[in-house]
Amino acid sequence: MSERLDVKKTYKLLIKGQFPRSESGRTYEVLDARGAFLANVARASRKDVREAVLAARGAQPGWSAASAYLKGQILYRWAEMAESRRRDLADLVISPETHDAERDVAEAIDRLVWYAGWTDKVAQVYGGANPVAGPYFNFSLPRPCGVVASFAPPSGSLVGWVDSVAAALCTGNTVLSLLSPSRPLAAFALAELTATSDLPPGVLNVLTGDPGELGEVIARHEDVDGLDLTGGDERGADLAEWAADSLKRTYRPHEGDDPTRRLRAFIDTTTVWHTVGY
Amino acid sequence: MSELGLTSSSTLERVIRVPSVERRPQFADEVQLRRALDHLSGVDAVGVAHRVGKLATRSLKTSTKMRAIDVALSMIDLTTLEGADTPGRVASLCAKARRPDPEDPTTPAAAAVCVYPDLVEDARRHLVGSGVAVASVATAFPSGRAPLAVKLADVAAAVEAGADEIDMVIDRGAFLSGRVGQVFDDIVAVKAACRDAHLKVILETGELVTLDNVKRASWLAMWAGADFIKTSTGKVSVNATPTVGLVMLEAVRDFAEETGALVGVKMAGGIRTTKDALRYLVLVNETVGGRWLSPDLFRFGASSLMNDLLAQRRKQQIGAYVRPERFSGD
Repeated sequence: MSERLDVKKTYKLLIKGQFPRSESGRTYEVLDARGAFLANVARASRKDVREAVLAARGAQPGWSAASAYLKGQILYRWAEMAESRRRDLADLVISPETHDAERDVAEAIDRLVWYAGWTDKVAQVYGGANPVAGPYFNFSLPRPCGVVASFAPPSGSLVGWVDSVAAALCTGNTVLSLLSPSRPLAAFALAELTATSDLPPGVLNVLTGDPGELGEVIARHEDVDGLDLTGGDERGADLAEWAADSLKRTYRPHEGDDPTRRLRAFIDTTTVWHTVGY
Repeated sequence: MSELGLTSSSTLERVIRVPSVERRPQFADEVQLRRALDHLSGVDAVGVAHRVGKLATRSLKTSTKMRAIDVALSMIDLTTLEGADTPGRVASLCAKARRPDPEDPTTPAAAAVCVYPDLVEDARRHLVGSGVAVASVATAFPSGRAPLAVKLADVAAAVEAGADEIDMVIDRGAFLSGRVGQVFDDIVAVKAACRDAHLKVILETGELVTLDNVKRASWLAMWAGADFIKTSTGKVSVNATPTVGLVMLEAVRDFAEETGALVGVKMAGGIRTTKDALRYLVLVNETVGGRWLSPDLFRFGASSLMNDLLAQRRKQQIGAYVRPERFSGD
């Protein structure tokens, strides 16, 4: 029998539950730690950003209205799907020799489960019944901001990527994630698993490409409500300034952060009152 | 060169030869009319689809796009034809037609506001002195199935209330069963009832089955005195399509070359995006020429299209994608 030819996978984008190529037709090469070719990856354009934001906006009302229980089930299902693909995912984590890829994947999955658990606790922990001096109730309810765009950490860490999307997802936001340009493979493979996790199309949209090119487009897009600058790097200040034009929430991690700070980053609190007894 | 700048050089513009004296043919009876319709050449459906596909690949960029967006905005008949229409809704639609983007006074106003006859008076009141016309559907819209006297009363009421433009529907049942003389006479009678108002004749192409029928209905309407031919009511599942648009534009072009009469075209229903609208403008420019790139001769019957045009316009100005909520809903 003749030797099999390699079947190399070309990574595409994830927009509205589908896997299109970039509208521009561009791709770029991703290399491993030693500089050897790994895969061709789609290089998104600003029009792909526009489509991804449209998809996220379209999915927003449904995802935000889904019960906390359902959101938790879906995120947990995503973790289950990842669990059965642990080895494949670990193979895709590009990291310096010392870094333990399998541990990164295991932690990422555990982190997904952790966020899945938060879905029905956010309202209890960050909402409340406020004491008032009158014959009515007064409640504070955490509500999602809307569409959140996140820049994945450039290290390519899977845990870091899960943090940058799942925190926003579990509080009811829909997400557009721009992956690390040099290490996008593991995160994209994990994102692909949402296709079998009942995550509604458009709730999570994933782009690969040049943050230098797309960062400004994303940060200035008026229909994006929040910006996670975890992978914003030294351009973080510029991105934050562009984001300010349309009053976006921004989140930048600090050293030694309480992990729940992320959860609170993309929540709006609405306060409502209600008469007693009816 | 079209003065609207949609073509980059004068050689690209389609120039048609229109006789200086306008002469529409007369028909002695239905037999003559039917014979004239039978003499129209057939439509090459594959060729039309191919040409439409080819023209759809043209793209307009930067300053040309900006001008095209403004042209498209000025061609919109902002329309509300719901059973639940109220005077309040008409008032807000009129405000939007006058000043589509309150943040930017350079935004061109819409061409007209299109309502049911009973709301013409309200629309008229809100549009006085604005240059925005009041259009009204009439003749038992959208089915067109009422006795002629009822249709004419419908038209007369709308004109009486101050409509500048009347959008009538043809009786598709009569057309499809070959009673073309009846359709012709209806249009002639409605045209007379319109007095000074412009008459747009809705062919409801989604119900005409073939492109040959679209062409025949277009000629029939133009012979009978239509100022505009319009694709659809927006009330059936198939609305305006570029294919139908091309057939109608070619009919208008041939009619102008033959009779000297310039008839407008209105694409109605289902046009929601800037991209679609600009494709129609390319179609117009390449088929009948830049002369038709004016609200006097080309219109869009739409409501959601306007917000997309405004969003694209703003995006060209500020360089960032805009939030749809910037513009009022309808």
